[in-house]
Amino acid sequence: MARFKKENTKELPEINTGSMSDIIFMFLFFFMVITNMRETNVKVKFTEPSATEIQKLEKKSLVETIYIGEPLNKNENTIPPGKISVQLNDQTIKQEDLETQVQDFIARAKESRSDEDKNKLTFSLKVDKNVEMRYVNVIKTELRKNNALKISYATRKKVEN
Amino acid sequence: MARKTPGINTGSMADISFLLLTFFLLTSSINTEQGIPRRLPPHATEEVKEQINERNVLNVVVNFKNEISVNSQIVFINQLKDKAKEFIENPYDDPNLPVKETKSIDYIGDYRVSQGVISLKNDQSTSYDVYIQVQNELEKAVNELRDKVSLQYFGKKYELLDTALQSAVKKAVPMQISEAKPMDWSNTGE
Repeated sequence: MARFKKENTKELPEINTGSMSDIIFMFLFFFMVITNMRETNVKVKFTEPSATEIQKLEKKSLVETIYIGEPLNKNENTIPPGKISVQLNDQTIKQEDLETQVQDFIARAKESRSDEDKNKLTFSLKVDKNVEMRYVNVIKTELRKNNALKISYATRKKVEN
Repeated sequence: MARKTPGINTGSMADISFLLLTFFLLTSSINTEQGIPRRLPPHATEEVKEQINERNVLNVVVNFKNEISVNSQIVFINQLKDKAKEFIENPYDDPNLPVKETKSIDYIGDYRVSQGVISLKNDQSTSYDVYIQVQNELEKAVNELRDKVSLQYFGKKYELLDTALQSAVKKAVPMQISEAKPMDWSNTGE
């Protein structure tokens, strides 16, 4: 009886898990290719407006993002009169520093690119749809002053009925 | 005799790659960057008053109540595209609509290019959403006109043309939006 039992366990086939890692690696590469790394922590809340006539920005590396929206955290700097934050890189900016900060931001963005790429640099404005235009106008004037003229209003694709 | 070499245990390999996979899933974002591309006008220290013929300008104003008006006439957002198209195209050579100037364009030949400029003005209190909707409608108007021209001359939609032909169509139907200095309803106290 005991002998019979022993033989039976021996014959139980093991599941081959060798190809499992290959499959997972395939997944991994797939995700690495189609996604891009999140570089900054977004500190403002924003829902992009939707539009139909949108274009994809060609190169990720030539895009700098400016976020405008309600702050997620109450301690963030806001710009009067509404409680709206403007975020460049990793921080929200103060009203009084706005001009210099934007200037620095643009200068740094241009510095880190080659001369050829400087003209292709696009500033993507990610703005919450409930924000009043005054904030966007301020940023636009600053961009113009600093000769950063290529912009893109980030939008989502609207599903047409 | 030769013994079978023991197989390397690869069981943990799957775990390691799973770990990597979850790491990448968490730190990356799928959504691609997309939006409405625009070119800002260069900064001028003084406001340049350009002499533009009245008939060449379509005044689109979005006020603080988010109402859209075209040449002082309130319109709905879904009417804007057709208004803009009619304005730019000027199909019947209406004397109140833009002048057309004959230009010779590569690949197309002589084409009567509309001189129309859309002047977009918004209030400081206009919501960004409405502003984008307006930009979107204007973009759509221009895109549809470009499609029309490219179908007529090249038998293909604008998107499907190669770059040289696209720039020819762009010259035939230029995108002319000028943004006026925004007004401020709250300051004027109207």
